Amino acid sequence: MQSSEGKVRFDWKRSLYRDRELDPYILELAGTGERVLDLGCGRGELLKKLKEEKQVREQGIELNSEHVADCLAQGLSVIQADLEEGLNDFLGDCFDLVILNQVLLTVKDPLALLQQALRIGHRAVVPFPNFAHWRIRLHLLFTGRLPVNQTLPYKWYESPEIRLATIKDFQELCRELQLEIVSKRFLQLNYLVQNRQINVWPNLRSTVALFCLRQGG
Amino acid sequence: MTRDSHLPDSSVGLVETQSVTFRGAEWVLKLESGKTLHPVTVAYETYGRLSPERDNAVLVCHALSGDAHAAGYHTGEPGEKPGWWEMLIGPGKPLDTDRYFVICSNFLGGCKGTTGPADTDPATGRPYGLNFPFYTVRDMVQVQKWLVDYLGIKKLLAVIGGSLGGMQVLQWAISYPEMVLGAIPIATTARMSPQAIAFNEVARQAIMSDPSWNYGLYKPDQQPESGLALARMIAHITYLSENAMLRKFSRRMIDGTERGFKLEADFQVESYLHHQGSTFVKRFDANTYLYITRAMDYFDLHQDYGNLKNAFEPCKSSFLAVSFTSDWLFPPSQSQELVKGLRQAGKNVSYCNIGSDQGHDAFLLPGNRMGDVVSGFLTRLEKEVRVAVK
Repeated sequence: MQSSEGKVRFDWKRSLYRDRELDPYILELAGTGERVLDLGCGRGELLKKLKEEKQVREQGIELNSEHVADCLAQGLSVIQADLEEGLNDFLGDCFDLVILNQVLLTVKDPLALLQQALRIGHRAVVPFPNFAHWRIRLHLLFTGRLPVNQTLPYKWYESPEIRLATIKDFQELCRELQLEIVSKRFLQLNYLVQNRQINVWPNLRSTVALFCLRQGG
Repeated sequence: MTRDSHLPDSSVGLVETQSVTFRGAEWVLKLESGKTLHPVTVAYETYGRLSPERDNAVLVCHALSGDAHAAGYHTGEPGEKPGWWEMLIGPGKPLDTDRYFVICSNFLGGCKGTTGPADTDPATGRPYGLNFPFYTVRDMVQVQKWLVDYLGIKKLLAVIGGSLGGMQVLQWAISYPEMVLGAIPIATTARMSPQAIAFNEVARQAIMSDPSWNYGLYKPDQQPESGLALARMIAHITYLSENAMLRKFSRRMIDGTERGFKLEADFQVESYLHHQGSTFVKRFDANTYLYITRAMDYFDLHQDYGNLKNAFEPCKSSFLAVSFTSDWLFPPSQSQELVKGLRQAGKNVSYCNIGSDQGHDAFLLPGNRMGDVVSGFLTRLEKEVRVAVK
């Protein structure tokens, strides 16, 4: 887990499946030819799809040098930077859509990141794992242990997600920050059959949530 | 370009350095220092074919000790070393000569065919020496622009270069925004750091304190050899990294493991530096070294344009900045400063800090991801050009 530079290195492969499962839903939210920023774009899997299917003008930010090199080798426009530091220098409103695919819970200051994202972009899409899913609740109740499953594939000491959130918590935050929820989607990721969209009791029944936000007021 | 059977297929093969002289009243070069220079000869090489649309030209800018011979072979004799960026330029390579028309010229004030301090001053019939006017990176770029115009190219698909070459790339994007589609500054900086200036100054002092230097009045065959060799040795240390030296030489002795108790080279790292120094004096001119390092020292986009954001505001290029983790002469932080300025100016920019222990020299060496990254960027530019044409 420790890299040569003394920084913690995560095994992102484990959550790759979960993260890629959400790509179609993010793709739907991008308009053709829009300017799109993917924060923590990895090897550029999503950006590539966005570019091919929606002809977006893409920009990615990614910290891992090898991943950045992979992105650039495919002709994607990506900057190697820490996304908590790297956003300050972007001009306001220079993107139509900012993607925070599973990154909000991994950063030190999620509020600042969310606000930055909505400063430089018109809309931000925020997918995250929902910790209030009934299985997690039961698991904690009956075994007394934190869950390790397909949507939360890490043990407590190795997870890149340093925070936990539920759909209700997130909605409350949006209210507090006066962020307008443009659209939302609740899903039960299903690895054997199709993913199921959840409409009733989403906080209890969905494993991941995906919010598209806009600066309110 | 012809192909000799024993030259590798991945090479452009046999090439020739060509030259063009800009003379006449309309070709008086006005330098940043206020001085003028006339006439100006430019030595250059080209590889690949210019497309009928003239939209596939890539200009390569060389660094301090480079020249126009960036790829291929001059004689094809066994043992001949190819051009200095052979690993990047050739059929199927990142600067793919099957797709791109690659141009490389010796910059203004060089000593490899382009007018410089070692050339004969037409006014006196003697070498310019210290009578040569001071020139800057901006002046070098001005002369490259003349060459590109002369070759009938209105728009460059990309301008690419490392170190001092990277400075030229930045200046190109700023001076001629309409002409540069993609700019690829590698292992470079927007302004020379005091540390880098300091190393240049020590190198210059090494040359000037050699009695043979004689205030620049040495005869071409009587160079201040020990001074120039020392300058090169100092510079070469700054091109490597601690790890690269450890890997290359460790503490190995030249003669086995016994200490020699002598002042002549005893460690392999010493003989390596001596070799670098002594081969350099055979191919480089001491006065030219003084001038080029000065041109580097004076490079400062912050000073020239107020700040980096202002400097990059007029640019229309897409940028790909590349740095190397172990480069301490032009450290990653200086490339990151560039990227920051470009972002503040709202420009399209990509950046990769490539993992390498090869130090500043990494941009001239295989074994890192620079080629992949450059190739991806150029392919993207090529696609964008085609879409724009449609």
